[in-house]
Amino acid sequence: MNKDIMICGVGGQGTVLASKIIAAAAMDEGNAVHSAETIGMAQRGGSVTSHVRVGEAYSPLIPYGSADLIISFEPAEAVRNLIYLKKDGIVITNSVPTKPVTASISASEYNGVEMVNYLNTKCKVITVNSDDVCSEFGSNKFFNIAILGVAVGSGRLGISKETILKEIEARVPAKFIEVNKAAFEAGLKIGESYEA
Amino acid sequence: MKQYVMGNGAIALGALAAGVNLISGYPGTPSSEIIETVHKFPHEGVHLEWSVNEKAALEVAASAAYSGARTLVTMKQVGLNVASDPLMSLAYVGVKGGMVIVSADDPGPISSQTEQDTRRFADFCRIPVFDPSSPEEAYEMIQDAFEYSEKYQTPVLFRPTTRVCHAYASIDVDISNGPKSYEGFVKDSSKWVIFPRLSYANHGKIEARNVTIGEDFSTYRYNTSEGTNSTKAVIASGVSYEYAKEFMKSYPDYKLIKISTAFPFPEPFVLKELEGVSEVICIEELSPYIEEQLLRVVGKHHLALNVSGKLNGLVPHNGENSANQVANILSSFLGLENNAQSIDLSDMPSLPVRPPVLCAGCPHRGSFYAVKVAMKGKKAFYCGDIGCYTLGNAMPLDMVDTCLCMGSGVTMAQGFNWTHEDAQCFAFIGDSTFFASGITGVVNAVYNDANMILCVLDNSTTAMTGHQPHPGTGINLMDNIVDKVDITKVLEGLGVKKIITVDPLNLKASVDAVNECASIKGVKAIIFKSPCIAITKPTGKMTVDSDKCINCKKCIREIGCPALITIDGNVTIDTNLCTGCGLCSQLCPTEAIGGKK
Repeated sequence: MNKDIMICGVGGQGTVLASKIIAAAAMDEGNAVHSAETIGMAQRGGSVTSHVRVGEAYSPLIPYGSADLIISFEPAEAVRNLIYLKKDGIVITNSVPTKPVTASISASEYNGVEMVNYLNTKCKVITVNSDDVCSEFGSNKFFNIAILGVAVGSGRLGISKETILKEIEARVPAKFIEVNKAAFEAGLKIGESYEA
Repeated sequence: MKQYVMGNGAIALGALAAGVNLISGYPGTPSSEIIETVHKFPHEGVHLEWSVNEKAALEVAASAAYSGARTLVTMKQVGLNVASDPLMSLAYVGVKGGMVIVSADDPGPISSQTEQDTRRFADFCRIPVFDPSSPEEAYEMIQDAFEYSEKYQTPVLFRPTTRVCHAYASIDVDISNGPKSYEGFVKDSSKWVIFPRLSYANHGKIEARNVTIGEDFSTYRYNTSEGTNSTKAVIASGVSYEYAKEFMKSYPDYKLIKISTAFPFPEPFVLKELEGVSEVICIEELSPYIEEQLLRVVGKHHLALNVSGKLNGLVPHNGENSANQVANILSSFLGLENNAQSIDLSDMPSLPVRPPVLCAGCPHRGSFYAVKVAMKGKKAFYCGDIGCYTLGNAMPLDMVDTCLCMGSGVTMAQGFNWTHEDAQCFAFIGDSTFFASGITGVVNAVYNDANMILCVLDNSTTAMTGHQPHPGTGINLMDNIVDKVDITKVLEGLGVKKIITVDPLNLKASVDAVNECASIKGVKAIIFKSPCIAITKPTGKMTVDSDKCINCKKCIREIGCPALITIDGNVTIDTNLCTGCGLCSQLCPTEAIGGKK
């Protein structure tokens, strides 16, 4: 399999764990995998990206126009990274915006709707509302696993549900395994409904 | 065993595979995970330490290398500046055991203050440098680096860049052999004591040796050439080779030369590969080092060869390269089609800007705000330093007037004191940075009778680079509980007369402390002590009482905490981010924010 998967969002949203699970699962299924992450100062509330390259790859970062799938934890970040998407690629994005401090200080009310609308004019998009999907789990911290479920359910990730679940179990603290699995299943249902 | 590791992990495991005996370093993005990886993997018999700074790390390793031990020293590129004093001399003296100094470069720069090039530093020191292009290669190459270091009895530099350090790959690892045995130090003052006579003699030997190494490197396994089309060629190094390969994999006939040892330049190899070539382009990051070496070779051998790259504007001097940018450059240079196609985004809406900010609940916000409140309407200068707290420069705090390099704030505050005696001069420095290079600045202030207020932002960790322990934390990398070096006692010992320790999340007490220090002459210190939110549990969540809130937005305008947001124009707490630090509740004019603990 040759697949370029980008995971993006805002520092602190849990994108790194999501990308690690995808990379590990792709390897479990016998693929060569390379990945790269934003680390350092940009983690502090800045835009963050993870690049996962399955199959033959040289550049550690996905070249523009090459990503099969963008998994975005924030609508504006999906737009910011859209240049990486293939022409027939798909975007799975959170519809709930993360407001930068600059937007809170200035009067500009960034609300994310414009971003989702723009994405819809450019490519196939699956939107997920992190507040809705995570309400039953008590914290948006489980959204990173829920959106993985959406990606698997959509059939665009190219990795089986079982392999992803195995890697989730291996990588989250024991006492949070059940709630993460529930978040994954919730996302899976959303993803599957789009595929239909 | 197969390991999926970061490039920095590959470097660490490669060093263990090479039988390294001692590893020292100082944290700095993008190099920090090298030592952290060693700490996570079995490394019995290896001495591992976070040294107090890069100079200390290099000196600890130097004598171990004199003993015949294999040593690894890790730092980021600006750390090499700190270590440059011992390194320059060590280059003359040489080593017995293999010594590899990893200096991670940061094109962009992404997390650094300079775009300096460690390959140039190698040339300056006249010691070899290795430049891996991928994590897989880094694992192998660092083992080669130890071999070359021992073969030529010289310290060698190993220069990965951010995209190699932070890329992940699956690597076959074997660290089962454990550390090497070594002979021990053999006294010989004619060899290990640097004197002008020794430097003179060794200088000549080193230059002769470097010619030999250049020839040796001409058959080095990671100096490679692909493709046969020989009128136009591409020369690349480091991760730029991978970018070039990403494009040229569709055009395998075209000549692609990789140079992994920029110094000593593998001249015979390059001359052979460029036979019949009339145009060459150099794809490299930071400085045009290989390009300049090629121009030197062209002049020396009177070659009819056009050299392109940074110097004639085809490749940018600044910033990092990327796959798409290199594809554009190469398609134009080679006259080939660039197949990459992205979606047309010319109508993209304007995006929210996300400059990095202090985390919600970060105690540094309280420290900066207290000084700002106390100094309102007064003339004051704020000298920042290197760490998370450089972000105190962001609006609305706007409390960092200068930032230069590690430890500089302490001494720069003194310079302002001598040019503006009517101003209050502050230095903000973190606990790890204080130990790394702040202490001598305090001695300088006490000795020269400066007026300044030192603000030590003590969050009990090295936060920016990933929470490494330091001398004030009481644990070290040998997993020993050790005596904490007490910042207050250090300052007392240095002769600082006024030292106040305060919780920066207590606004009134903090403002009072600043006012008290501002009222007296001499060197004063405030230790703002509160742990980093990333190493503690949140104490609760704040809430806004909408009946009391008059929506003045003072909280947002004054401290800019990411957890303070507006929804439909109303101030709200983002409970996903709030840690319950309570700073906002202390400045609300209507006491509308509450709910702590």
